[in-house]
Amino acid sequence: MARAVTTKRKIIYTAAAWAVGLIIFFPVLWTILTSFKTEASAVATPPEFLSADWTLQNYADVWARSDYPRFFWNSVVIAFGSTLLGLVIAIPAAWSMAFVPGKRTKDLLMWMLSTKMMPAVGVLIPMYLLFQRTGLFDTRIGLILALMLMNLPIIVWMLYTYFKEIPGEILEAARMDGASLRNEIIHVLTPMALPGIASTMLLNIILAWNESFWTITLTTTDAAPLSAFIASFSAPQGLFYAKLSAASTMAIAPILILGWFSQKQLVRGLTFGAVK
Amino acid sequence: MGQITLKQVRKSFGEVHVIPGVDLAINDGEFVVFVGPSGCGKSTLLRLIAGLEDTSAGIIEIDGQDATSLPPAKRGLAMVFQSYALYPHMTVRKNIAFPLKMAGMTEAEQTARVERAATVLNLTSYLDRRPGQLSGGQRQRVAIGRAIVREPAAFLFDEPLSNLDAALRVGMRQEITELHQQLQTTMIYVTHDQVEAMTMADKIVVLNAGRIEQVGSPMDLYNSPVNTFVAGFIGSPKMNLITGAEAAKLGATTIGVRPEHLDVVQQGGWAGIVGLSEHLGSDTFLKVTTETVGTINVRAIGDVRLHHGDTIRLAPQAGSIHRFGPDGKLI
Repeated sequence: MARAVTTKRKIIYTAAAWAVGLIIFFPVLWTILTSFKTEASAVATPPEFLSADWTLQNYADVWARSDYPRFFWNSVVIAFGSTLLGLVIAIPAAWSMAFVPGKRTKDLLMWMLSTKMMPAVGVLIPMYLLFQRTGLFDTRIGLILALMLMNLPIIVWMLYTYFKEIPGEILEAARMDGASLRNEIIHVLTPMALPGIASTMLLNIILAWNESFWTITLTTTDAAPLSAFIASFSAPQGLFYAKLSAASTMAIAPILILGWFSQKQLVRGLTFGAVK
Repeated sequence: MGQITLKQVRKSFGEVHVIPGVDLAINDGEFVVFVGPSGCGKSTLLRLIAGLEDTSAGIIEIDGQDATSLPPAKRGLAMVFQSYALYPHMTVRKNIAFPLKMAGMTEAEQTARVERAATVLNLTSYLDRRPGQLSGGQRQRVAIGRAIVREPAAFLFDEPLSNLDAALRVGMRQEITELHQQLQTTMIYVTHDQVEAMTMADKIVVLNAGRIEQVGSPMDLYNSPVNTFVAGFIGSPKMNLITGAEAAKLGATTIGVRPEHLDVVQQGGWAGIVGLSEHLGSDTFLKVTTETVGTINVRAIGDVRLHHGDTIRLAPQAGSIHRFGPDGKLI
């Protein structure tokens, strides 16, 4: 009897989980479906869930009308570049906060996090002018710097929590064994924190890939990544939903695939330390 | 060589003076045990010698060289931690070889030394396992192996046996003592367990609130404790410390009598009722409640036919009473 109840419960839970998952995924699904519809079918009322005439025309149009590979490459350079640069800065920072904390370490961490609470638009004008004057406007290096700074608090926080889980005695043992600070970080800390570093990296690549506020405002053509590529397909008039959906699908596909293959790592990263 | 000298070493964490000033000389080849209740500063003192903590003042000399500001890696000391602190991502072989790798030794030399250490510690068949696949005792051996391969000037042990179960602890205690006899290298061993201190040490340093109470061989401390703290701390069961009229009769504030220095007598002495009696065969431990001197621990040799509720009379053996003054110091 007890067994039957458990099975029944399992079915209910599974169904509920799927329902929630579908609700969350629905906008993405709708975008993908729309990208294969004709423009007329995309705006039909009542909405057509499955279109009568499937077409690949939108993709052909989008591909023909813009230089997808260039946007794609910019996205790759900006997402990976800002994440790697962020890690190079954040690993030593998180090391010192986790293992040689000072009186104000907690305050420093809170202050870093508080910068994420500020609406980005608040610094739009200063950032814009700064980028204009220094020649960073519409350059990949400029965007790498901007996105690295945006995500640095998150990278430091995540690494800090991972490093906190590593017993300090192990690092002390390395020091007693004659390891220099460099060897201690390379041979002991990094291998032990590798799962954490990997999921931090992954999450930040996704955040940087999807960032659109700064990528759109600080670029025009040369350094524009895929988020700007999507935006270029929206127009004040005419029918553009299907093409916009196709562009969006093309923009999110690479990161979706990356996320799919590394979801195990990502989930571990987001729930790390919850249960010990 | 492994001669370590501390001169007026102090350590403060902010306003808290953990070590108010310690002078100590440790000779080459000695097995020195730092013992004291938890929070007495014994681990801090060891970490100061290791270089894992910076001194607030004073000088630490290793083999005559001032090592006060040297980083731990440059002091030529090896340490075994309470938590073992093995590298979980490396095999036993790599764990033991790590200090050799850091010292830039050749692969061949590393292998030879690791094999030798593994043979000494009975770890040969575990070399390719990871620490997670080992038992507590085996992990402890790996930690010791990692310390001995480098042939350090001295070994530092920070409560290495407290995570092991009682039976294993006795075994490892003997192994470490044998290792010391074999290697003849200086060892500094921190413990809160006075039995470990008594059985292993050449020299015991009793610490209390960051101060050295007494330094001496185990038997020195046992036979002539310089104050009531050492008297009460060293020895199991504890020395009876008696205050009041009985002490005043002997011109002291406190008198100390070890449990084995009390005789059961027919007349005179302190009358009391046996509360608890533990019969171990070889010894009998009695807890006797008296009116004159409070509760007294007694150790009698062999199986003594005394049980709960019996009334007995106890008299301290002449010449084995320790007398302490109002400041707790030996008179």
